[in-house]
Amino acid sequence: MSGIDWLVLVGTMVGIAAYGVWRTRGVRNLTTYLRGNPSTGWGTIGLSVMATQASAITFLSIPGQGFESGIGFVQNYFGLPLALIIVCAVFLPMYRRLDVYTAYQFLGERFDDKTRLLGAGLFLLQRGLAAGVTIYAPAIIVSTVLGWPLEPVIVATGLLVIVYTVTGGSEAVAVTHKWQMAVISVGMLTALVVLILRLPDGLGLAGSASVAGALGKLHAVDFSLDPSRRYTVWTGLFGGLFLSLSYFGTDQSQVQRYIGGASLRDGRLGLMFNAVLKIPMQFVILMLGALLFVFYQFAPHPVFFNQAEWRRHAQDGRFRAIEAEHAEAAAESRAAIRAWVGARAAGEPAREAVTRAAMLAAHDRAEAVRAKARAALAASGPRVKTKDSDYVFISFIVSQLPRGAVGLLVAVMFAAALSSKASELAALGTTTAVDIWRQFRPAAARDEAQDLRVARRFTAFWGVVAVSFALFAGFAENLIEAINILGSIFYGVLLGLFLVAFFLRHVAATPVFLAALAAQVLVLVMYFSLNIGYLWYNVIGCAACIVMSLVLQTVLPSRQIRARAAR
Amino acid sequence: MSSAPRAGRAEDAEPPAVPGLRTWRAVYVFVLAWFALVVAALTAFTELFS
Repeated sequence: MSGIDWLVLVGTMVGIAAYGVWRTRGVRNLTTYLRGNPSTGWGTIGLSVMATQASAITFLSIPGQGFESGIGFVQNYFGLPLALIIVCAVFLPMYRRLDVYTAYQFLGERFDDKTRLLGAGLFLLQRGLAAGVTIYAPAIIVSTVLGWPLEPVIVATGLLVIVYTVTGGSEAVAVTHKWQMAVISVGMLTALVVLILRLPDGLGLAGSASVAGALGKLHAVDFSLDPSRRYTVWTGLFGGLFLSLSYFGTDQSQVQRYIGGASLRDGRLGLMFNAVLKIPMQFVILMLGALLFVFYQFAPHPVFFNQAEWRRHAQDGRFRAIEAEHAEAAAESRAAIRAWVGARAAGEPAREAVTRAAMLAAHDRAEAVRAKARAALAASGPRVKTKDSDYVFISFIVSQLPRGAVGLLVAVMFAAALSSKASELAALGTTTAVDIWRQFRPAAARDEAQDLRVARRFTAFWGVVAVSFALFAGFAENLIEAINILGSIFYGVLLGLFLVAFFLRHVAATPVFLAALAAQVLVLVMYFSLNIGYLWYNVIGCAACIVMSLVLQTVLPSRQIRARAAR
Repeated sequence: MSSAPRAGRAEDAEPPAVPGLRTWRAVYVFVLAWFALVVAALTAFTELFS
């Protein structure tokens, strides 16, 4: 990176963090610290919800997903608007009516303290373990591509987010989110404009879209009922609804973003803002990936985009042969695409059909060489990383963007990392202080100053845990997937608890508590004994919790459950 | 830990105050209609470029 890039990167990151500290320097009020400024409007809430969900991995991986598999991933978000309507209509009014700081306080109000502790415990276990990943995952990618040492990147990122989150709490998170989203929007728009300007001469945006479409990258929706298809309208609608409801309705990192607004109206409009914009936003990011695919059909590109990993392991002549084979296949594919584009422009249907078949065959050959490269890499050692799609966009940024813009785009990645990390830390600190510490120190409720100090200390504690975990995360293989599995194991039961609380009003505390424990044990037993896709554990955990709650409500002696049933 | 009391059920009745949308039901219907439009546009996009 050049001097101007460094200036843009450091200036943006430190500037936003300093602004967060300055704007919230006078926060002495516990409610403001835990829930944000009570006058926060819907625009800030909407951007804060969006920034919390948009981690750095969103901007590194999703363009890579568009490049590798096309834009069908957009269907994963189809359940999100429906989930946000349910949160607006059912969850949010109840949270505000009970005037809670955390979602798990609601479980305490609706059921009892043990159920509240269970809900808070499941959240802390899952988010606490995942805490390091939101720092580690982007740091490892950016460090690898830019050749920076990993540890200082993790520590600097972690310290920056700890300083302003501990200082200003939820309010600092919200005010910095606005500027982080501004940096992200300007940066991504810059990258898109540069990419469009660098598309091959004579092809343009429409021509590039045609090439991407012909090569299967623009299949946005798939109405197939085939269960083996990974992304379809139906998996997106049902699976996406389920996951979004868990995330937006029961995950404190999101709940904290919208319960503290000026009014119920502001919280609702902030969520509806996301319901309207999320799918178009994801579509644009995926399209960027699909256009990157077209760009690299015509521009020289490596057989494996994680070049640091390739250079480390691809040492012998076998790999040089693969590189030569790749260069040859890429040239063939380029020529075949040009022939098809020419036939299309000439309006000759017969020649177009022949050249299209040749283009698809050439593309398949090029993909086969890439697969061969990955297989050779995998065979070269047990700890080799063979997934390179996360490196496609960052490679484009570093090699194609002008000076200054590179710094801006790296700032986008770090702004996204900080925005999701800050929400996580604030949520972990708040939940630990309110739902755990407060439970065992009830007298502390009368001392607001002490509560504030405790909330700050817990936020700092989770920040240190996250940074420490990120520093040692390199020792774990397939870390991100492991964290996703862990999340799926606990998320389902947590959502089950909330769905029973909201929709099964006759179910009392003890049945739902026992059902949640039994459902969690069932999920763990299934995980260790079966081999099914881990996303299914969300569904299984939730369904088991609901069904067993109903059964236990019926079979348990009424004396045991009557006391709380009236709530 | 306790916080300042809120308006409670009173704010449930607060209208969205969005031009053209007088009730929350209308807002939700608008969002659903927008979602349907987006899915229809993506379907047309898929047809156009496949």
